[in-house]
Amino acid sequence: MTSSRPDPAPRLELLHISKRYPGVLANDDVSLLVRPGEIHAVLGENGAGKSTLMKIIYGAVQADQGEILWNGRQVQIGNPAAARQLGIGMVFQHFQLFETLSVVENIALALEGKFDLRALASRVREVSAKYGLPLEPERLVHSLSVGERQRVEIVRCLLQNPQLLILDEPTSVLTPQAVRSLFATLRQLASEGVSILYISHKLHEIQELCERATVMQGGRVTGEADPRQESTASLARMMIGRELPVCSATPYEGERIPVLELRGLSYANDDPFGASLHEIDLIVDRGEVVGIAGISGNGQAELLAALSGEVPSAASCVLIDGQAVGHLHAGERRDRGLAFVPEERLGRGAVPAMSLAQNFTLTAHRQRELRRHGLINLAGARQWAARCIERFDVRCAGPQAAARSLSGGNLQKFIVGREIMQAPKVMIVAQPTWGVDVGAAAFLRQTLLDLARSGVAVLVISEELEELFEICDRIAVLAAGRLSLPVPKEDTDAEKIGLLMAGTQQQAA
Amino acid sequence: MIEYLVPVLATTLAAATPLVFAGLGELVTEKSGVINLGVEGMMLIGAVAGFAGGLHWGVAGGLLCGALAGALAALPFAFLTLSLGTNQPATGLALTIFGIGLSAFVGQYFVSQSLPGLQPLIIPGLAEIPLLGPVFFSQSWVVYLSWLTFAWLAWMLARTRWGLILRAVGESPEAAHAIGYPVTAIRYAATCFGGAMAGIGGAYLSTVYTPLWVQNMTAGRGWIAVALVVFATWKPGRLMLGAYLFGGMTILQLHAQGLGVELPSQLLAAVPYVATIVVLVLISRDRKLLQLNLPASLGKPWIGN
Repeated sequence: MTSSRPDPAPRLELLHISKRYPGVLANDDVSLLVRPGEIHAVLGENGAGKSTLMKIIYGAVQADQGEILWNGRQVQIGNPAAARQLGIGMVFQHFQLFETLSVVENIALALEGKFDLRALASRVREVSAKYGLPLEPERLVHSLSVGERQRVEIVRCLLQNPQLLILDEPTSVLTPQAVRSLFATLRQLASEGVSILYISHKLHEIQELCERATVMQGGRVTGEADPRQESTASLARMMIGRELPVCSATPYEGERIPVLELRGLSYANDDPFGASLHEIDLIVDRGEVVGIAGISGNGQAELLAALSGEVPSAASCVLIDGQAVGHLHAGERRDRGLAFVPEERLGRGAVPAMSLAQNFTLTAHRQRELRRHGLINLAGARQWAARCIERFDVRCAGPQAAARSLSGGNLQKFIVGREIMQAPKVMIVAQPTWGVDVGAAAFLRQTLLDLARSGVAVLVISEELEELFEICDRIAVLAAGRLSLPVPKEDTDAEKIGLLMAGTQQQAA
Repeated sequence: MIEYLVPVLATTLAAATPLVFAGLGELVTEKSGVINLGVEGMMLIGAVAGFAGGLHWGVAGGLLCGALAGALAALPFAFLTLSLGTNQPATGLALTIFGIGLSAFVGQYFVSQSLPGLQPLIIPGLAEIPLLGPVFFSQSWVVYLSWLTFAWLAWMLARTRWGLILRAVGESPEAAHAIGYPVTAIRYAATCFGGAMAGIGGAYLSTVYTPLWVQNMTAGRGWIAVALVVFATWKPGRLMLGAYLFGGMTILQLHAQGLGVELPSQLLAAVPYVATIVVLVLISRDRKLLQLNLPASLGKPWIGN
């Protein structure tokens, strides 16, 4: 196989790959070359076609056109098992793990050969020690933190002796410290000859880690570069065709009055996979944006449910404008000026099959103009929805478009806009820009900032530290169901927030 | 007292055996993430096919026919729910209704016929142990077979790669698919296995327990089997206990009727069902236990690409 040529065959070569889904060309004539031992970035926004391309390499999706060469030989990768056979491992963005099974059982499922859990457990310990990925093989996955789960995925790949490891947005849920140790592991692997395909939209990470980058936009390759030689601005231009937009914040001039208050909010969760909340105190003033950092699963869902009113608490635990509302349900809290944008856009923020106008009435039926004799005024709803579409730059076919026909960014703009048009006193937003393209994300951040400066108390719960540092005045960390003291963002940095996220993360169970 | 206890316990084991087979089968089906409410129908189809087989080839042949018929009955259910993605509970109900009708139609040729039944297989040595011997080791061989099946299944689910794959598919078909398992094929197999076991349970009723064919002779045992799986929180050991609890109550109420307890017989006949439901409700209140063992994808359609 190995020839005497000085340049060894590339580990993986994609030639003119195209893949069409109904209505969208996900990959358009994409070519890519990965050498042995190379850390190769695939850079692009959400929807640029990165994930589709990786699924094609991993055999989960078949390309319509194009060739795949593996170590110089043309191959057909019909399914993930065939990819693993070749030596391709994949660490998924949404972990493909089984919560009720133990670490070693999860790993055994991906391996062939003799079924001996005890021997495998000791191999797991060996590999995890060698690559600095500490794991306890006997623990059940549902009791692991997100970082630990990622280690399970990586160790599961490593035990298959891969020649190519694909990582899809691996750092989106990691603390800055965990990102550093992941990078160390990846460099060690590369030095042993493993090729790494690193999918990300985070420019600074790619500049730090990768030797080569393939940039994608709208399903096409728009550039190849050595990210260490490029500036962030030039990479951004390749990725989105222009500079990265930035938000501008002016200081709030008005009077600082507390609007939203949490006093000793606790919640005991009887769901073994959920988290409990412990004595949470928080004040959000008029005119400011307060951010809650932390990795999902540390009480974020529970805190949101307690804030929105889906799970009521003792009356005095939640206050709006000094009034106890903890015992009120979600509708009554909205009557008092609370607006809420949940993390799940389709299904909770909006009903997928309903039109935008109908979706608008779901929370806006409180507006007098939308009611007539106790019934919904559909014509009014259409007008309001149309105004929302215009004011918040929602790209869609109009108020009659079904919610599910919108892209993530446009739907989020619509939902945020709908809430803002209720003229709230408090706005609570979860993961405001998750899965949203760069342009829409910048628009949404600026919208939230402007909303705060117009005298609304804004609370943002997000996993993206950069986003929080961009728009928040104060930042707290929710870890293992406890909330740290909010600190002005000038007095802290990603490093310190990361420590808070990780410090208590170990207890998350 | 002892002279009462031994026959009560011995008949309890025999009465519970159809539930053991059908329940273990449904447990495997549900572990793969498929809920098949057609157990009652598959048991009836198994019962009538078992009786027909029993006429020609004896009890062993009858059980085999029952297993085959049960598996065949599960096949259209599997096709509809797994390949076409129909609603599992609704399709299961249809299967039960179909099974009741089909078995009654085929069974009209067997009314008033009977089979010789089965002599107990007395295990030498063990059967001499006081109390335990006559209860446990003087049963028909089919009862022993149910124990072997239980032991094999419990071992398979807990210790083998097959069991692990089954649990994985039931918990997250997406993840199982992503790491390369043929989810739909595995679910087909688990569903047909469940059908075969329900068929054996039905065939045991018509060839061994009461060796004749009576229309609708399962009398709701299929439903109890489905309930037992939940009651047992998808654990084979607890399923056995549940089956024997139900069997014991069935036998006890018969004896109570025999002893002339002053209660309408219809009420007494309802006791095993009520008792099982009460226990089920009590157990289901422990959310932790349920959620840790519940196959997370249970009843949710999943169509692979």
